[in-house]
Amino acid sequence: MSILASLRREDTLTGRLTMGILRSPKALVATLICLLLFATALAGPWLTPQNPYDLATLDILDAKLPPGEQSMSGLTFWLGTDGQGRDMLSAMVYGLRTSLGVGVFSGLVALMVGTVLGLVAAYFGGRIDTIIMRIVDLMLGLPTILVALMLLALLGQGVWKVIFALILVQWATFARAVRSAALVEKNKDYVEAAVTLGIGTPRILFGHLLPNCLPPLIVIGMLQVANAISAEATLSFLGIGLPITEPSLGLLIANGYQVLMSGEYWISVYPGLLLLLLVFSINMTGDRCREILNPRLGER
Amino acid sequence: MTVFVIRRLMQSMAVLLVTAFVVFLGVYAIGDPVEMLISPDASPAERAQVIASLGLDQPLWQQFFTFAWNAIHGDLGRSFVFNRPTISLIFERLPATLELTFTALVIALAIGIPLGLISGLKPNSKTDEAIMTGSILGFSLPSFWQGMMLIMIFSVWLGWLPSTGRGELGSFLGLQSSLFSIDGLTHLILPAVNLCLFKLALVIRLTRTGVRETMPLDFVKFARAKGISERRIVFVHVLKNILIPLITVIGMELGSMLAFAVVTETIFAWPGIGKLLIDSIMRLDRPVVVAYLLVIVSLFILINFVVDILYSLIDPRVRLGDAQ
Repeated sequence: MSILASLRREDTLTGRLTMGILRSPKALVATLICLLLFATALAGPWLTPQNPYDLATLDILDAKLPPGEQSMSGLTFWLGTDGQGRDMLSAMVYGLRTSLGVGVFSGLVALMVGTVLGLVAAYFGGRIDTIIMRIVDLMLGLPTILVALMLLALLGQGVWKVIFALILVQWATFARAVRSAALVEKNKDYVEAAVTLGIGTPRILFGHLLPNCLPPLIVIGMLQVANAISAEATLSFLGIGLPITEPSLGLLIANGYQVLMSGEYWISVYPGLLLLLLVFSINMTGDRCREILNPRLGER
Repeated sequence: MTVFVIRRLMQSMAVLLVTAFVVFLGVYAIGDPVEMLISPDASPAERAQVIASLGLDQPLWQQFFTFAWNAIHGDLGRSFVFNRPTISLIFERLPATLELTFTALVIALAIGIPLGLISGLKPNSKTDEAIMTGSILGFSLPSFWQGMMLIMIFSVWLGWLPSTGRGELGSFLGLQSSLFSIDGLTHLILPAVNLCLFKLALVIRLTRTGVRETMPLDFVKFARAKGISERRIVFVHVLKNILIPLITVIGMELGSMLAFAVVTETIFAWPGIGKLLIDSIMRLDRPVVVAYLLVIVSLFILINFVVDILYSLIDPRVRLGDAQ
């Protein structure tokens, strides 16, 4: 069976999502932009006209050129340059790589941690459930940005520290969603059948329960990645996120903040627009997936 | 009702105690407490004296007890930078933050509820689509960048509104606030708009969902059959039912707005506790950071407490469910 044929089938999860997105022009555009940005981030170093962090290619005489100006060596800076004579377009592609990398990675790890804990809480119930859910309630009661801020204020800057902070503030959302989905599923006959057949607990959890809890996970996963990217940018902007050596979109915007008032708008406006486009397109796609997968709202 | 209030109060106290312990562990156990609590340029003699006076040679539980005891008596240490009690630094700046948050919340509700109603009453219309896409945009706008753009457009290009500070404070009934002077109000507009946009998007979505869930219910049909005007059905009967989830979420979100004010205050140089926090982190003024955390968590707990009480007043089923 070819992949294309399976994408067309309405009874599979991927099929439903694909067809649902294809039916809504808005969501289709958003999904395509998402994919385009992912591809750009992956292919980054081969696409950019300049390696913005190779000091040998920078020329201080090119500093703060407005968009469309040419460099001393004849290169055109379509989006201008920053204070070090760095091509903004190249810096943005590199920033996109960092932002997406941090966002997606922390989102995936949080998803795994949250899923395992959520499944365990739902399946075993009792005291384990109470303990896990109390921690989840505590985590969800505190604002994301504050917890991350405090953690980083204590730990200091660094890519892995930011990722750790983002995982810590995100896992609880996944855990709660998985738990409530699994609570419904675990009372169904197929689980009972699996138990009667003597199938091991790990296999019941991950082989039988998990696949049936996927729909809410997909939606929350997307929204969380968008949130993580946004949170990372905010933390970096505040000066306690990523270090200067790993410039994300948030740091690029922060660099432009100092010169915004003096008219060099492009240094912060364009990275900001790219960040907005990234977060917005992920959110749009996620929102569409929610519409498709939420049977209560349906396709009215 | 009294039993309910007392029980909630005790739960709140337990949460506060747990938080204080976590903060205590964070400061005293994860990092080096001496490095955190003594300014880097202190002499060795001063160091030894502070270590002794803090009782760092005592066992951990005893240290926590001292820490909690001092905290209960309103002593959360002194700021290195200002050399003043941290608690008074925070309470000086708290009104600025509260006024900003409160204004932002009012704007979010005043615009969000009507937009949500329009959207929910005509689902899948062109207006609905536009409002919903707008709300996703509101969710997606990075608060700090959006603030910069507001400054660029309204302060730099158009020159309509000031971009930094709190402006002149007016006084009304003994309260000092930017809300009571024209200059203060012009200073308040941009930061408040910046802070409210995210919550505005949330209020729109909540209201819309609420309307869509309430409209097909029997009591609405009954009201229609009784001949009550559509306007009255929506604004009196439906709105009343939507308020319950709205109040809960708003209560929880008020706390996150206080936290998010950090970003807005930094960009607009608004002299509130959020800016104090960031400045203190940058200057390694740790006692202020610790005090901020404890004060803000106490505020959260207070807000949650008030919301729970309000919630049980509006919807008596909550109390009944709790008693069983």
